[in-house]
Amino acid sequence: MPKLTLDDLNPMQIEAQKALNRENWIRVGCSTCGLAAGAEGVYQTLKEELAERKLDIEVRRTGCNGMCHAEPLVEINVSGVPRTMYGNLKPEYVKDLLNTHLKKEKIAKQWKVDGVEALGQDDCGKPSASKQVRIVLCNCGIVDPTNIDDYIARCGYQGLKRALQEYGSEGVIEQLKLSGLRGRGGGGYPTHLKWEFVRREKSAEKYMICNGDEGDPGAYMDRSVLEGDPHAVVEGMIIAGYAIGATMGYFYIRAEYPLAVERIENAIRQARRLGLLGKNILGTDFSYDLEVRLGAGAFVCGEETALMSSVEGRRGYPWPRPPFPAQKGLWGNPSNINNVETLANVPAIMRNGGKWFAQFGTEESKGTKVFAVTGNVRKAGLIEIPMGTTLNTIVYDICGGPALGSNEVKAVQTGGPSGGVIPARFFETHVSYESLLRLGSIMGSGGLIVMDEQDSMVEIAKFYLGFCVEESCGKCAPCRIGGRQMLMLLNRISKGEGTTADIDALKRISHAMQKASLCGLGQTAPNPVLSTLRYFENEYTALLKDGAQAAGAR
Amino acid sequence: MSEQLSSAPDISRTVKKWLKKRGSLIMALHEIQNTFGYVPRSVSLQLAHLMDVPLARIYEVLTFYNYFRLDPPGKNTISVCMGTACYLKGAPKLVEAFAEELGVQEGETTPDGQFFLQSVRCVGCCGLAPVVVVNGTVMSKVDVSQVKEIIASCMQKEEV
Repeated sequence: MPKLTLDDLNPMQIEAQKALNRENWIRVGCSTCGLAAGAEGVYQTLKEELAERKLDIEVRRTGCNGMCHAEPLVEINVSGVPRTMYGNLKPEYVKDLLNTHLKKEKIAKQWKVDGVEALGQDDCGKPSASKQVRIVLCNCGIVDPTNIDDYIARCGYQGLKRALQEYGSEGVIEQLKLSGLRGRGGGGYPTHLKWEFVRREKSAEKYMICNGDEGDPGAYMDRSVLEGDPHAVVEGMIIAGYAIGATMGYFYIRAEYPLAVERIENAIRQARRLGLLGKNILGTDFSYDLEVRLGAGAFVCGEETALMSSVEGRRGYPWPRPPFPAQKGLWGNPSNINNVETLANVPAIMRNGGKWFAQFGTEESKGTKVFAVTGNVRKAGLIEIPMGTTLNTIVYDICGGPALGSNEVKAVQTGGPSGGVIPARFFETHVSYESLLRLGSIMGSGGLIVMDEQDSMVEIAKFYLGFCVEESCGKCAPCRIGGRQMLMLLNRISKGEGTTADIDALKRISHAMQKASLCGLGQTAPNPVLSTLRYFENEYTALLKDGAQAAGAR
Repeated sequence: MSEQLSSAPDISRTVKKWLKKRGSLIMALHEIQNTFGYVPRSVSLQLAHLMDVPLARIYEVLTFYNYFRLDPPGKNTISVCMGTACYLKGAPKLVEAFAEELGVQEGETTPDGQFFLQSVRCVGCCGLAPVVVVNGTVMSKVDVSQVKEIIASCMQKEEV
């Protein structure tokens, strides 16, 4: 295959669109979640049935469109019947499904679920009936993630083309500034500033790193994007590398996500073959390459300095800042780290311009955010909403409220082990980095766990704190010792042996950890405890030995 | 040491692939664990020799990361996801049930080497909670009543 130049991309897109938009096709969601629910069996049965019926209908494996509650999902588009999405399928239902849909040319209502129009996936950034707006997840569930042509058909690598041809490195950062994009890993730091800091540094070597070490135990946005639309993240990495002047980029991905690793490695190979990576990208004088490095099960490696230690092949210990990674990062060279979702936004921003992106969201928080909504909710799954959407809309309108036969929703937890709880009385809050912070939680990477009356807040706090204690790297004392002491106190309280003095001690140690820990892990580890104490102290005092007294005194 | 070196399996391909790349020790160790199911001491010795790194550097890395194993795994590995969603939907009860049925604690292998039981960090299938990963296959919405059945199906595959 000859290497592409800037001029080759458009004709290639037209060809690829013909293949993707064929008249008759069936798509099967085959991400980790789909496969876990039995998608492979459904896919094989579909293939066999179609072969038996001698029908020329293409069956395509796609990523996850987010409706995890209805996996395995199959979407059918054949002439004569409206395009329909089916869910909760099993191999044994396939025969009936095809009889109804293909033979009788009717929709098989018993398996019908919301389709792509409802999710707003047909056009990137188009508002949908379900109140979702999809920019990051726009291709997930539509393209075959193992085929670069599908991505090119969906305007793939057009953002890179525009960056190289039109913007130049400074212009790319200017567009980012206009877009208002902020870090989607949770911190919310303006992305254009991070890029600009590294761009300004003078160094023979600079590095770009993608943080795919999704450690929050209850979140899987990054996995779904890496699996469902790997080329979007690769394109984001190339544009970022170009803007900051990097020589090399690394994907740092959890080893627990083997399918994501496989898909990204495949995407890199395909991009390299077409000349989208390597020497003289698209015929320009920009040269850059990408490699994958695996995590090995350490939550602290989500912290950027610890992550870089790990990419260097060492223990994932964080280091004190300054110097900041922008000055001295990987192997002492200027480096920039962005989260998967941040990078997945970049191609669309470059393609459509920064102003286009800034139309979504609130004054301070632009664009959309992907959330993995789980826990006690009817439609658990991945959603993408414009910033500023209320929690009520997320929990009740999009995700259908509490699961059937269960209790009232009590609170949601966001931000995982670094975040906090938000009680139901604040559900009219418009989601943004600032609003969640004001409520004592954080945006985080996008885990959103819905809890009901049965879930004990003390147990939740214990779960997250126990996680951080196990994951503490042990380098600094506040985190190593403080975390353990807090966990002992929590255990005592949950056994009914605690006193009011223990609650005061919890708060004291929390503040010390927040102030004195070396990295984000220790600084944020007390958050789940503090936030459950803030809103649900009654659940703590109810468990105290002198609880009745304490409650009476108040 | 020389005896261990000579009896160790061939890892020259892994070494060749990663030797010249910067910071590739963790990647080489991943490959070794994928091949052997764990990182045997004999292989670590060989790796230290071939990649010219102190053995202590290798063990420093191996003992820091949860993912690496120093002991051979059981024939079947049962991993119960302990992510938040699974935790809330009863994963601790699943661990208890597996532990009782197999007669081992979490993190242990049965004496006959058949089953290794562990709890793992979020496997990213929160929409299907609680999940259990049996020999690499993710099983969704697992209930305590299925525990016996899951163990039996592993035994059956053994016989075939």
